[in-house]
Amino acid sequence: MLFDREALKQIIRQKESWTRDELERLLAKSPPRLSRFSTISDKEIPPLCTPADLGDFDHDARLGLPGRYPYTRGVQPSMYRGRLWTMRQFAGFGTPEDTNKRYRYLLGQGQTGLSVAFHYPTLMGYDSDHPRSRGEVGKCGVAVDSLRDMEVIFDGIPLDKVTTSMTINGPAGILLAMYIAVAEKQGVRPDQIGGTIQNDILKEYIAQKSWIFPPRPSMRIITDILAYCTERVPRWNTISISGYHIREAGSTAAQELAFTLADGIGYVQAGVEAGLDVDAFAPRLSYFFNAHSDFFEEIAKYRAARRMWARFMRERFHAKDEASWKLRFHSQTAGCSLTAQQPLNNVVRTALQALSAVLGGTQSLHTNSLDETLALPTEESVTVALRTQQIIAEESGVPNNIDPLGGSYFVEWLTDQLEAEAQRYIDKIDELGGIIRAIELGFPQKEIGDAAYHYQLQLEKREKVVVGVNKYVMKEERPIPTLKIEEEVERRQVAALQEVKRKRDAAAVQRHLARIEAAARGSGNLMAEFVEAVKVYCTQGEIIQTLKGVFGEHKDPGML
Amino acid sequence: MAEQRKLRILVAKPGLDGHDRGAKVVARSLRDAGMEVIYTGLHQTPEMIVSTAIQEDVDAVGLSIMSGAHNVLMPAVVEGLRAKGAGEIAVFGGGIIPDDDVAPLKAKGVREIFTPGTSTEHIVTWVQENIRPR
Repeated sequence: MLFDREALKQIIRQKESWTRDELERLLAKSPPRLSRFSTISDKEIPPLCTPADLGDFDHDARLGLPGRYPYTRGVQPSMYRGRLWTMRQFAGFGTPEDTNKRYRYLLGQGQTGLSVAFHYPTLMGYDSDHPRSRGEVGKCGVAVDSLRDMEVIFDGIPLDKVTTSMTINGPAGILLAMYIAVAEKQGVRPDQIGGTIQNDILKEYIAQKSWIFPPRPSMRIITDILAYCTERVPRWNTISISGYHIREAGSTAAQELAFTLADGIGYVQAGVEAGLDVDAFAPRLSYFFNAHSDFFEEIAKYRAARRMWARFMRERFHAKDEASWKLRFHSQTAGCSLTAQQPLNNVVRTALQALSAVLGGTQSLHTNSLDETLALPTEESVTVALRTQQIIAEESGVPNNIDPLGGSYFVEWLTDQLEAEAQRYIDKIDELGGIIRAIELGFPQKEIGDAAYHYQLQLEKREKVVVGVNKYVMKEERPIPTLKIEEEVERRQVAALQEVKRKRDAAAVQRHLARIEAAARGSGNLMAEFVEAVKVYCTQGEIIQTLKGVFGEHKDPGML
Repeated sequence: MAEQRKLRILVAKPGLDGHDRGAKVVARSLRDAGMEVIYTGLHQTPEMIVSTAIQEDVDAVGLSIMSGAHNVLMPAVVEGLRAKGAGEIAVFGGGIIPDDDVAPLKAKGVREIFTPGTSTEHIVTWVQENIRPR
């Protein structure tokens, strides 16, 4: 109990009389600014929270202390008084040479981790010379076909000193295999490298839609990666369970929380069913959330996420190791909140969103650049984005105190609300037979689609405001400079790929592809095969094509 | 107007990008405005879109691209329709399209481009005013 029962009764009486005698009397004379106050997720917000709204709030069970179960106040005892969050800007464009140059620049500007954006053909398992890659090469990220490209991207960057996050899902094991091979060429052992592969295929079916294989074989590849990395690459985060894309697809905050945790439950379940000890792999699972615009709702979301995950891991999966209970997360400010109109305003939006992630206890953070509704960011705009984090870290004073909002009546009330709403979704998914079944039935997809449409209608009725878009609109706007990816990139990348194919040992390539096919048909560990295959310059497209022959391909049902 | 059949619109996602929030929101808005809407789903090639447009006998095709491949994929759909003798099916599009690319796309036969921040109301009105049942 946070409050003495008698004192609480007294506060409840005071609030009732204040509401009746003061608040409502004033509002009768001058009405409220809005007929309804709600979050960006359209959750209704009360005018004022007091201890009365927390009722029987149990301090130890609901809050606890930083670094202690249920981790509501943070996963580390010292939080940012020990070490700041990792400033990790997601970057990648054009050729591997272009991207290497951008990484060296960002590291020179004080960035503390790398994060690789791959172009669409790599995300979807096509090489740059495939007909389906036409027009896409180097556009949304960097082109990677073979180990040669990864060697160029990380040239001059010591892989025992930086950690690297790679946003890759269907081909995640192959790209991690290439990273391991590049590290070995630098003389760095697999147990010395650190970083993350996204490797979260479930949210691809739900929201991001960069899938390759159907859900069940995809889960088998993931459990192979879990098993391999647990033994050989122990510092690697094997899955970054991602709510980011769920939110970008239009979900509410509670849906992001619920579907992401439900995916997490799905992976842990799959690992356990594959015979792994939960405490052997769960500590290497991490999370990735969206830092959206509704400031307090976001903070409540991160806090609820930690508390819920700790409970699931301890009570549902009976994990014994505290490291398994701790939800560590990366966050990225909301791309979908940025506007093409008056783009300088995006700097302010991003700063507020980043602040919510810091107040929510993030372990690493990407801040979007002001020009990202128009193109990939310029060097100047990405520098402002990085500086935004550095200003929060070094000037605002916010990191000086751990969880400064803990105990705020409103924040605790909202955290409880988010948890309850997310729990209802998780119960529903359990009823449907688990997250894979729910995805096959289209349940999360439909909930998100409905929420996205609801928000769009609210925007058009101006019930929700986006500054510069449906309010404070300016007729004439000055264009800002944007990054252009020349069509020449495609020709250069295809030429580099052909050069690799000419020089490599063709017989070794065929031998390794045959081994991969055999492992896919049987039960051999696919990750172990990827590690050997990439060293003889099998391309990721060739490996994926081989696996498609065994596992088939997933197709969009095209539901509206 | 009362005698005319409903407009039939194909909303399509060409290329490899999976961002279908915009396409689906626009498709629902067109449907709510009384049109018949067919949605292709993701990861379509220009050839697949052309063939669906002809089979479904649509009046217009709306393309949504977020990956930067619009300069290749949008004209490919326009040319594909013309090559199959269906050049009268109008093509419009939207997504992350830089201002500098809009005029060249229109010169290649894309009828209209809707950039970020466009309201669905605006798109619906444009379709009602510019597309006629064939």
